[in-house]
Amino acid sequence: MKTIIVVGNGMVGYKFCEKFVAKVNKESFKLIVFGEEPRVAYDRVHLSEYFENADAERLSMAPRSWYEENNIELYTHERVTDIHRGSKTITTLSEKTFNYDYLVLATGSTPFVPQINGVDKEGVFVYRTIEDLEETLDYAKKIKEKVTLPKAAILGGGLLGLEAAKAVMDMGLEPHVVEFAPKLMPRQLDTRSSKVLQVKLESMGINVHLSKATNQILGNGHIIGMEFGEDDVLNVDMLIISAGIRPRDELGKSCGLKMGTRGGIVVDNKMRTSDPDIFAIGEIALYNQMIYGLVAPGYEMAGVAVDQILGEQSTTMAEEIDMSTKLKLIGVDVASFGTPFMPAEKGHSIIFENKTESLYKRINVSHDGKKLLGGILVGDANDYNMLLQMYLNEMPLPKNPENLILGSRGGEDVSFGSAMDLPDAAVVCSCEAVTKGQICCSVKDDGNESVKAIAKATKATTGCGGCKPMVNDLVKESLKSLGKVVKESICEHFEYSRQELYDIVKLKKVSDYDTLLDEVGKGHGCEICKPAIASIFASIYNETANRQETIQDTNDRFLANIQRNGTYSVVPRVAAGEITPKQLLAIGRIAQKYDLYTKITGGQRIDMFGAQLHELPLIWEELIAEGFETGQAYGKSLRTVKSCVGSTWCRYGMDESVTFAIDIENRYKGIRSPHKIKGGVSGCIRECAEARNKDFGFIAVEGGWNVYICGNGGANPKHAQLLAEKVDKATATQYVDRFLMYYIQTAPPLTRTAAWLEKLDGGIDYVKDVVINDCLGIAEELDQGMQNLVDTYKCEWKEAVENPEIRARYTHFVNSEEQDDTIEFVSLREQKMPKAWA
Amino acid sequence: MIPNLNIYQTVEADQVSIWFKAAPVTKFPANGGACVKYKDKQIAVFNHSREDAWYACQNLCPHKMEMVLSRGLIGEEGGEPKVACPLHKNSFSLKTGKHLNGDLSPITTYPIKIEDGFVYIGFSE
Repeated sequence: MKTIIVVGNGMVGYKFCEKFVAKVNKESFKLIVFGEEPRVAYDRVHLSEYFENADAERLSMAPRSWYEENNIELYTHERVTDIHRGSKTITTLSEKTFNYDYLVLATGSTPFVPQINGVDKEGVFVYRTIEDLEETLDYAKKIKEKVTLPKAAILGGGLLGLEAAKAVMDMGLEPHVVEFAPKLMPRQLDTRSSKVLQVKLESMGINVHLSKATNQILGNGHIIGMEFGEDDVLNVDMLIISAGIRPRDELGKSCGLKMGTRGGIVVDNKMRTSDPDIFAIGEIALYNQMIYGLVAPGYEMAGVAVDQILGEQSTTMAEEIDMSTKLKLIGVDVASFGTPFMPAEKGHSIIFENKTESLYKRINVSHDGKKLLGGILVGDANDYNMLLQMYLNEMPLPKNPENLILGSRGGEDVSFGSAMDLPDAAVVCSCEAVTKGQICCSVKDDGNESVKAIAKATKATTGCGGCKPMVNDLVKESLKSLGKVVKESICEHFEYSRQELYDIVKLKKVSDYDTLLDEVGKGHGCEICKPAIASIFASIYNETANRQETIQDTNDRFLANIQRNGTYSVVPRVAAGEITPKQLLAIGRIAQKYDLYTKITGGQRIDMFGAQLHELPLIWEELIAEGFETGQAYGKSLRTVKSCVGSTWCRYGMDESVTFAIDIENRYKGIRSPHKIKGGVSGCIRECAEARNKDFGFIAVEGGWNVYICGNGGANPKHAQLLAEKVDKATATQYVDRFLMYYIQTAPPLTRTAAWLEKLDGGIDYVKDVVINDCLGIAEELDQGMQNLVDTYKCEWKEAVENPEIRARYTHFVNSEEQDDTIEFVSLREQKMPKAWA
Repeated sequence: MIPNLNIYQTVEADQVSIWFKAAPVTKFPANGGACVKYKDKQIAVFNHSREDAWYACQNLCPHKMEMVLSRGLIGEEGGEPKVACPLHKNSFSLKTGKHLNGDLSPITTYPIKIEDGFVYIGFSE
């Protein structure tokens, strides 16, 4: 039996173990792992998430029990201090000695701390381990108590530095990024994209200081500022240094392995050091005279070392290592691939820049226009996966390569092919090095027919997760090519899609969830099928959420939006945003009486936050007495129809948008749907009501109304598409009636209209055919369905406050009149907010 | 007041020293839950009537430390009865307390019995 010792229990060291145990028979090798940190290996890439949940467990790569289950001897908090190559042993700080046959060094790196005067002052930190973070957090807490508006600087405007800036912002300090180079992310971005990113970050409250060489850290004992030039001082209360990494190579040096002149242990393409029994992987390995600080190459090195130790000589490290990266920095997409900066003699660049939208896209194309050489994306990196694949596989470019970043304009086909056009060797998941061929085979030969099953079988998507959309497409397309229908069952309890269930409910006239489950489902249901079916019942019978309350999502069950601390918010309907002074006074009085935080919503109405469960019926009783009704802000249902003032007041108005919006909001109020629906009505093409980012919108033009459908804001903004032009109000309303009913009948659960349209064969032209030309012969049925919903509307809050049985649900404890004493508020700008957990 | 996670300890059937008479069964909706106060604890009680079973667990979701689990949807996953937190849909087994769709620490569970139309929850103190 051979013994392998792994020194270092970080991400790469862990990956070595994972790949190793997957390949060998447990009895033939003994694996011993040493980690210097007290914790088992954790995901450093997502370190800033620790600020959000302070939950170290969630970051760990595998629990401690995993090591036991796989017969790995794990020593954490145990530093290896010496390697004795002659006797093939190592000793640890606690003076234990172990023999090895093979030694794998994966000690990673430490943050580089530049020799600046005063760098040892209190309040100066690095950003690498959970312990670093905890110390930083403690210190931040301390200074927040002493200083109003405390500031923190981050030295280094690279990837990690910007992550740290976000962390600092989350801690409630004012972030200042200080970078030596004249631009942010100097290794990944060109000057212009860097500027776009900078403007975006500054708009979010992150201050950026470029071309700054720090002379000294100021302060007596603890940091109070940084000095750059003679009179150039930045006052800060804390500093995080993120100025690059240095390999932890001291073990290699002291035992005489061949080292790089600037550090790092030299390895060949088999990951072997100058001693054939010692391997080095990850950030201490100097391969091709480079240290690679990314996860993907580290993982690849781990795989090579495993195979080499097991005698699979042919697995070696690629000659050129792909340094492409995509990440979300503080909510901003940033990606670069291939050769991001390219001298003009190598090819030409196509650049699109829109500073107002914080967008920058650049692709570098060979002189003959045939090959993609690299590129940069800031603000929108949706096309990254396809572009990266085109680059890696040297796929031929379309005739107009600019379509790759601008989209096709003017009737041409979309320039991206399907993921199925990729060669089999294309690496789709670079973290786990899984190819397109492997994924498709796993679907076809091993019957792994979902992304979840693929993840389990191949590990694809389990790293950064960026390849998920592509893996999803590959699974679907592979199934299609097998002639298999992709079964879209909503969950394990119903083997039907939402549309099928809708038809079943209607046909069988079932109106109880339990009956439906007994007749066409199995098991006892779950949080996915229950609300989906509740929504179907609502669409067919216009049943409010009050009758079958335990199949509703919490928001619907209690007819209010649950908020951060388990309190609720209250939103009465203010159709089209038109409200009388008397109603405003009423809302003000009620909000004051119950001490609620009030805010104007994006949907032109007023939200009142901080109501406890037992207060909801009391508040609503008063609102209803003042003539208000539920605004259904809690439901997957019609929210609001936004309007501009239109021709009533506006000198440009073409028609009365407010009147139309009020009529439409009152027409569709109470209608529940697969997802929330929002509308808008603008009185002219200036479009102040933003009707084109709504699920349906009307815009007044010369000669009638233009009707738009399937737009939305949110995470994936989509402009609505034109359904009909210059029609009168009645026709416009009828078209939207039919469209909404058709969407309600056919969409999968929790799918907005835009996503529904994207998946609909034939797209907007097909919707026109159904809605306007009645190609399915269902227009009358759709009209009736909608009219029935409009005619049977009732305010579910009125129902709730008038019915003692429903009202009795609004209590925190069933056995006590007491309130939930864990709810606490703190003051905020003369109002209140939930107290954050310490 | 910040909830103190340490006061919640799973009680096994053989550790019960007090059967706390919580409330009449009619206070708990079919296939749904409600919250019971016992000393300084908040206990979520679920009437899983489709299974003809009752469950009790801590009301505190360990993800964001909010007292909300009793308001969650219940159901089952591969036969394991579960509750989904209303805030972020973290699901926990009602039998073992295990977090089913992630790695949060398990929630604590308590023995429960029905006698003469009343719900009783078992505590060790």
